[in-house]
Amino acid sequence: MDLNYSKEETAFRSEVREFIRSHLPGDIARKVLEHKRLGKEDYVRWQKILFEKGWIAAGWPVEHGGTGWTAIQRFIFEDESAAAGAPRITPFGLHMVGPVIMAFGTEQQKKHYLPRIRSSEDWWCQGYSEPGSGSDLASLKTRAERKGDHYLVNGQKTWNTHGQWADMCFCLVRTSSEGKKQDGISFLLIDMHSPGITVRPIITLEGEHEINEIWFENVEVPVQNLVGEEGRGWTCAKFLLSHERTGIAGVGASKRELHYLKHIATQEQEGGKALMEDPLFRDRVARVEIDLMALEITCLRVASAEREGKAPGAEASILKIKGTEIQQELTELMMDAVGPYALPHLPMAWGDHWIGAHVGPDYAAPLAARYFNYRKTTIYGGSNEIQRNIIAQMVLGL
Amino acid sequence: MDFSLTEEQQMLKDSVTRFLEKNFSFEQRRKMLADRQPMNAQLWEGLASLGVLGVPFAAEDGGFGGGGVETMLVMDALGRSLTLEPYLATVVLAGGCVALGAADWQKKILLPKIIDGSLIMAFAHAEPAARFDLGHVGTRATREGNNFVLEGEKTLVLHGSVADKFIVSARTSGNTGDARGVSLFIVEADEENLGGQEYPLFDGTRALDLQLSGVKLGPESVIGTLDQAMPIIDTVLDRAMAALCAEAVGVMDALHAATIEYLKTRQQFGQPIGRFQALQHRAVDMLIQLEQARSLALLAASKVDAADVAERRRAVAAAKEMAGRAGRFVGQQAIQLHGGMGMTDELNVSHYFKRLTAIDVLFGNSASQRTRFATLGQNEVPAQVKPPRKSWVKI
Repeated sequence: MDLNYSKEETAFRSEVREFIRSHLPGDIARKVLEHKRLGKEDYVRWQKILFEKGWIAAGWPVEHGGTGWTAIQRFIFEDESAAAGAPRITPFGLHMVGPVIMAFGTEQQKKHYLPRIRSSEDWWCQGYSEPGSGSDLASLKTRAERKGDHYLVNGQKTWNTHGQWADMCFCLVRTSSEGKKQDGISFLLIDMHSPGITVRPIITLEGEHEINEIWFENVEVPVQNLVGEEGRGWTCAKFLLSHERTGIAGVGASKRELHYLKHIATQEQEGGKALMEDPLFRDRVARVEIDLMALEITCLRVASAEREGKAPGAEASILKIKGTEIQQELTELMMDAVGPYALPHLPMAWGDHWIGAHVGPDYAAPLAARYFNYRKTTIYGGSNEIQRNIIAQMVLGL
Repeated sequence: MDFSLTEEQQMLKDSVTRFLEKNFSFEQRRKMLADRQPMNAQLWEGLASLGVLGVPFAAEDGGFGGGGVETMLVMDALGRSLTLEPYLATVVLAGGCVALGAADWQKKILLPKIIDGSLIMAFAHAEPAARFDLGHVGTRATREGNNFVLEGEKTLVLHGSVADKFIVSARTSGNTGDARGVSLFIVEADEENLGGQEYPLFDGTRALDLQLSGVKLGPESVIGTLDQAMPIIDTVLDRAMAALCAEAVGVMDALHAATIEYLKTRQQFGQPIGRFQALQHRAVDMLIQLEQARSLALLAASKVDAADVAERRRAVAAAKEMAGRAGRFVGQQAIQLHGGMGMTDELNVSHYFKRLTAIDVLFGNSASQRTRFATLGQNEVPAQVKPPRKSWVKI
């Protein structure tokens, strides 16, 4: 047992760090580090740089244009990316639908979609949740009726992150209402530019437009856009969700945010002393830092098992639960750190070109909004309660 | 980054685990507690013949040549089986002081006997006013010619009543709280002017308060360089904390398994209580805390021998904080999920719970570890462990 990185892993880290240092555009990094609003163009610009380098599909096998990195290397890559302020790679194409197409798709689907995902030519969004189907996903109602060479899709999806930018949507649809509710579900790839699709913004509590609802009204989807067999979409869905959980711990980003929190708490003064020296505040920071140190090792344990050929199973749910709890705690601490200056609501100051005056310190402006926005993390990707159900059943056998 | 055990480590783990499963039962523990027995001589001998008592000592001293990871494997197994043996006191603490600080001739006398099980030693360091300040040494060793006279009080000396010898920290210069000026002495248990009071801790471990009222010692009793013992003490205490973290993981593992088993078998309202979601989620939260504590215990075990002292302290403080916090949570939930049965002395659950609670308190509870963690690098003991006195070759 050696919990130090090997010489090769350290060399890999230096290589990644050097590449990011010389290629990550400063304006994008600044937005990430200072919690400014990111646009589609920011994500795509960085992803295309990684694509040119051949590093965009870190978790994909080499035959599909992946890097062939070990799970530990992927962890290092994410760690370095996050520390430097690189935007998170949008997961919907690369981490979600890509692996599903690789595992269940036809040769034609692989040939068509995988390169477009890697090059960020298509922006993907998810079509899982519905207004009546949240945690009980299998109860979904969006219908797809087979009409010759196409399906006719009718229904409504919701919580579609960045659906307003999307070219493609991977969708769970009901192709049969007979038998077990899981059995009638199919996995469809839907062109978001098809007639009959309406995307409506959902404004979340902090005032931002990040998520949407999508309406499908007699949308024609070619039969060749079905992934896997008709009625076997639930298998794809479960496969996708287990992939989603591994990356969701967000250790690298949390380390960056912890660093920023300490920066803020050193600037903030109370009674002539830095907030970081206040024993009560310091105690809360120490607690979350220790939690994060532990989670980092827990992630590396899972990654190391994966390197030895053991696929992460329900253990990934632990990473999701703990990772999101830490993310939330960090946003809460940051908001607390600026005291009364958490209050002013200045959404224009979260934009890139804001040259107006700030109320309070400039780092304070987005902190309350982040705190509000991050409540989503324990809900999305299978709520933390659902994750607990999964662990109770799959790991503890209860 | 490698989490796998070597073949040798796996063998050590398996042999200790098997030996304890075969030779120590919960009924034996309860009998020992009823008889106020601080240790089990037969079990200790068995551990010695397995080579377990030599695990952290260098091969040239007759040991196994192990480090933090090997100690972790032993402590984990000891924790699981709820033994009451003086492994921490003799091997990790006192033995650690000897291995790190003593001159070769002292090691030659002491270590083989520790390793073969014939010598029990205890570490007398903590003092009544110290609380969790591990640098607090007020006991004085005054020089009289070539000799020393020790005056002072030591408290919570783990397994003190069965010790043949003590390693005692005392001040040879400076003031209480100074990092410089502390020395280590070997004190025989039957020394004149040494008095004490023995008592049990709430987890059944037995401890001793020592009164040193003019204990006279020769110069051969000094371990290491005079005035320079703090770095040794600091290192040994970090090793002890890392060891306790590993023990806590063993205890939590066993306790969690017992709780899951109970949830599957205990029937209420016509079904196993493990079907109820409120209880399932608690069991999952226990697992998460346990895995987080395991991660940091692994980190502490692998960093405790690191040359980089700052890295060692950071890992150990974090691990001890987490072991304490997770230990409380897992213990409390285990009692709750066992219902009334969890409250009884008859079931091992309460024993595990009390051991976890004791581990949290020992050498600083989780709150004090957070303070330590947050102030790492401030007011610390200098890192350098001075080399021991030269042992001259006699012609």
